[in-house]
This record gives sequence, C-alpha cells and structure tokens, in this order.
Amino acid sequence: MTAAAEGSSPLRMTRARRNALLQSEPVQGFALISPTFLYALILLVLPILVVIAHSFWTQNYLTIDRTFTLENYRIALTEPIYRDLLWRSLYISLTVSLFTVILAYPIAYFISFHGGRHKSLWLFLITIPFWTSYLLRVMSWKVILGYNGVLNSGLMGLGIIDEPSTALLYNSSAVIITLTHAWAAFAILPIFVSLEKVDRTLVEAATDLGDGPLRSFLRVTLPLSAPGVISAALIVMIPTVGDYVTPKLVGGKDGVMIANAIQAQFGKASNWPLGAALSVTTMLIVTLMAGATVLIIRALQRLAR
Amino acid sequence: MPEQPQIDLPKVERPQEDRSRPERAMIEIRNVTRSYGAFKALDDASLTIREGEFFSLLGPSGCGKTTLLRMIAGFDNPTSGSISVGGQPMEGIPANRRPTNMVFQSYAIFPHLNVEQNVAYGLKRLKLQGGEEKRRVEEALAQVSLTGLGKRLATELSGGQRQRVALARALVMRPKVLLLDEPLSALDKKLREQMQVELRRLQQAVGITFVLVTHDQYEALAMSDRIAVMFGGKIAQVASPKEIYQRPVNRQVADFLGGMNFVKAEIVEENSASLVVDTLGFGRVKTDKPKAFVRNGGAATLGIRPERLRVLWDNATAKFEVAGKVVERHYFGEITHLIVDIPGLEKPLSVTETNDFGADDIPVGTSIRLAYDPEALVAMAD
Repeated sequence: MTAAAEGSSPLRMTRARRNALLQSEPVQGFALISPTFLYALILLVLPILVVIAHSFWTQNYLTIDRTFTLENYRIALTEPIYRDLLWRSLYISLTVSLFTVILAYPIAYFISFHGGRHKSLWLFLITIPFWTSYLLRVMSWKVILGYNGVLNSGLMGLGIIDEPSTALLYNSSAVIITLTHAWAAFAILPIFVSLEKVDRTLVEAATDLGDGPLRSFLRVTLPLSAPGVISAALIVMIPTVGDYVTPKLVGGKDGVMIANAIQAQFGKASNWPLGAALSVTTMLIVTLMAGATVLIIRALQRLAR
Repeated sequence: MPEQPQIDLPKVERPQEDRSRPERAMIEIRNVTRSYGAFKALDDASLTIREGEFFSLLGPSGCGKTTLLRMIAGFDNPTSGSISVGGQPMEGIPANRRPTNMVFQSYAIFPHLNVEQNVAYGLKRLKLQGGEEKRRVEEALAQVSLTGLGKRLATELSGGQRQRVALARALVMRPKVLLLDEPLSALDKKLREQMQVELRRLQQAVGITFVLVTHDQYEALAMSDRIAVMFGGKIAQVASPKEIYQRPVNRQVADFLGGMNFVKAEIVEENSASLVVDTLGFGRVKTDKPKAFVRNGGAATLGIRPERLRVLWDNATAKFEVAGKVVERHYFGEITHLIVDIPGLEKPLSVTETNDFGADDIPVGTSIRLAYDPEALVAMAD
C-alpha cells in the first residue's frame, strides 16, 4: 500500500461508517415510521399527558392550581352520579359489543362460506351505510323509534299496541339499538377475515370424522375464528364506552353516558381537572375490560375443545 | 470386457405370490359420471374394489382420480351412476354418515387441538364408556408409532408426524374403507419410501380396505394389491401391479408406468389367445393377445421394457438376440441407460443394465448384441 492511500483511508472509513449507519435496518425502519410516529406523538401522546397532568390539579375558578391532589379521583370514583354513569357506559358498551358480534357473525359467515364469486360485492354493500354521515344515521333511528315514528305507527297499524310507546326512544335501549347498527360493519370485517383464514379442508375433515354441519361449526370453525371475534368485540367495545353523540341524540336523560359528563366538565361546568380525572378513570377501566374480554373468550375457546 | 457365460434365459417356474383374497366387493362403482358443465371429470367409470385390499387409483393430475375418491367419501356426488360401500348404496348419505374415513393431502390436522385431541376428535361424538376412548387413542397412536407425543400441538409436528396423526385419526374410527388422497406427496423422497413400506404393513395389520390416490407410479406399484390406471376421466386398466407393468393395455398406460420401447409390428396371424406379428428388429414374434385388443388394420405395437433387454458380453449367445450399436450412454449410479440403434427400427432401443458387469464402461459407438425373452415383448393397442 502506498503512503497516499494510507493517508486517505480514515476519511473513507468515516464515510463508509456513515453509509452503513444510514443503511442499517433500525435506522431505515425509524425513517419509515417517523411521519406517523411524530403525528401520533404530537396529537395523541402529548394530549394524553396534558389530560393526566390536569387530573392531578385543581380548578380555582378561572385559574388552575397546580399543586398535586387526588381529590378529583376521589370524586370520580365515589360520587354516585359518576359511578352510575360509568357503570351504565360499561353496561351499554358490553351489551352493544355482544349484540354486534352475534349479529355480525352470521353475515360474515355467509359472505365467507357462501359468498362465492360475489364476496367483494357483498363487502361493498356492507359499506353503503357509511356513505352518509353518522349524525344522519343516528337521526334516522330517531325517526324510526320516535313517539310518532315508523315503528310505533307500524305496530299501531297492525293493532299490536293501542297508543304509541314511549319506551322506544330516549333511554339506554335506544342507545344500544343505534350503536349496534352503527358498529355492525366494524365487527363484520374482522370476523370475515378470520373466517377466510379457516382452512376448508378442516371442516371437511370434521365432517369426515362424523360431525354434522352444526357440530363441525362449533368444534372447528367457531374456535378457529375466535381471533376475529375477539378483535370485533374490542373494536366495538372500546370506542362505544366513550361515545358522546349517540346518547346525546337518542339517549334522553336515562341514556346519558360518561362521555356526556366529561364533556360537561370541560364545557359548562368548567372543571377541567375533574373532567380529566373522569377521562383517565374511564381509560383505565376500558383497558381492564378489554383485557378481561380477551381472557374470557380464550377460556371459552379452550372449553370448546 | 469381463468373461461371461452364455445367457440362455432358461424357463424357470417362479413361485407366484398369492395376493388375491376372497373376492368380496367392498366398493362398487357403477357407470359413474361427474360433469362440470361440458367438462367430464369422470366419464362412465365402473370399478369393483374388494374387501381388505390395498387399491390404488393412479393417473396424471386431472385424470379424475381425486374426484372419484371424493365421491366415495361423500364430498362430491356423481352426476349419474351409483356408488355403494359394503353393499350399501351411498346415494343421499352425507359424508359424516359414511363408513369411510379420509387422510387428506394437506393432512387437515386441527391446529387448535393437540395430537391426542386430534385423534380423539371423531370418538368424542360416540361417547365411549370407561376409558375406552383413551384406550383406542393410545392404540391408534401406537399403530403409527407416535406413542408419547399425545400432548404435542399440531404446530409442533414435522411433516411426517402430521401425516401419522392424520392416519391415526382416521384409523381410530375403524372405518370399512380408508381413503388416502396423495398422502405421501408432501414428504421428501427418503421419508416417502419409508412411509410406503409402513403404510403397506399397517394395511395388512389392520385388514381395512385402503384406497390410495397417487400420481407416483412407483408408489402405486410398491404398495397396491391392485391398481386402476386413469386417463382423462376414464379408467384405462385395472390389474395387479405386475400385470399393469408387464402387460399394459395401451401405449398410454405403458408410458405412464415407466420406460418402454415401442416397436411397430405387422399382424400375420390372429386367434383368440395369441398374435403372430412381424417386426423389423425382432423378426417374427408370437405373443399373448391382450384382453381388450382392438385390431386397427394390420398394424400393432409391441413394447419391451428397457430392463428386459440384456447386453451379451463377448462371444456369449442367446436364443433370441438383436444386434446394434451404442449411440448414447447415461450413468445413474446403480444402473446405466444405453441407447442402442438397431438397424431397421425407426427409434433406437433404450436398455437398462445394472452396473455389475461394466455396462458403464461400454464406449459409445461399440457394436453390441442384446438378449431378450420373447415373452417380454407385449402387444398393445395404440
């Protein structure tokens, strides 16, 4: 090697090292996710941190007192009104996810097993309700369930009831009905995907070993589509706990949910710290509930064997 | 070249293995056709499979062998014709009530169950009393040498083990007929050959009728009592492995079952049992007439397998011989393929010699003589 070549080698090495660093897998990975990552950091993580911080402070008329306190959590967990609202929200979201999954499963099953060449057409048809705004869909349920609504006039026309029922609208059942309809497509899709992954020869094998259609479904198809059922349940359950628009429009005073209370704290009541504490409590409870759901479905799956 | 005594190809009475069983029909297939629109996957197939025999459906892909198997299992129904199993017509009986069990090509092991639960799957419904279920599962696992692996998950098994689980799962049901859909095609060569022997042994131990679908002629020859060769939805020939190999009914069957030299022949004389033909290379030959021989003018085809031709060394002579010149030589380890040009034949003959006398050393261009047994020359339809 010549002296000149020796002299230039350290420089070449730094450049090579820099190139190697830029081409390494972790660096490339971070570069790829950085736009989304920054977006999530600024618009998701930071606001949550702000909310968590607020939940430990106190509203002092127009200013915020930034001394650490657990008072807000005490109110959120012991005040009967918030406890009731939280329970009701959990009850509504659990019921909604149960009904949605039960109603979505047969549809997903039909498309996957009997959709034939028209699978994509069926999936396309399912998205049609989403062509209108969510508010309009909720309003149309008002038209159906209202005092002079479609359902009441229909039942009266058939002579089943004498006067319009007020039990249909402005209560938690109205919220459950509306939400179940609204979230159906979000449950159908994950269940459909997991049913598509079920190897059809396994169903044939079950039949070959003596199972009729119902038995082979319960012993093979259902357990193998459990991942889809779990994700469908979670996809419906998590956002419905905190739903705000539906109870506001069709819930009346019996259908108020925790999100309406949180909104009130951040709005009219102007008690941000309490609103923040309610939010954090709700988030934690939803996390626990989601975990519990996964565990319960897994246990059922094991039981089915 | 080494010294070698004269080859005389003496007539030896070889002991015949008796593979025939009491001829009680287990599966009767009568004029079964399966059409998909204008395409006939199976075209007027009739077949009788005997009780306790190892029967193979052999043919290239798309010949209708899997369609036939699935119709026996009940996963598909004939467009016309009838199938009966154990004397009972299968029409209208769903797959889950048929006395058949299947080993699927993909094995179809339930991924959410362990080995034991997979094997016990079909037994659960029977609600067996007093540990009978456990006993039968253990027995089935022992039959396929999987004892002790009962708690393994399906995902933790190798290909060969999955195959054994599929086998045990079907055998534990004690079916009248076990259907096997290309069960060995996913295994590597060594394991496949080992499983062929094991499957045959297992079949003889349990005595159940096995129906195997395969496109591998060696597999069918090695395992079966009888073979049905299928082409284009039709059954071409049903016979024992030896007869199928040695006396194929037509060129297609002969070709599918391995190498065959075809020689054009002129029919000189025909009677009920035999044919006398003139050939250019082999002269005048008298052969057995195949059962389904249909005369097409005065021409016929004779066939001889490459291993039925023997190289004659030095001054050795044989009663029947042809002379020619080596034009190509291919070395395959234990055997050598020689391509020998015979004056008068339009195509050179292919000759297989084992490498014990130095066939691998014969130079291309050498003039050699080949001995043959006229019985090995078979007449067949084109």
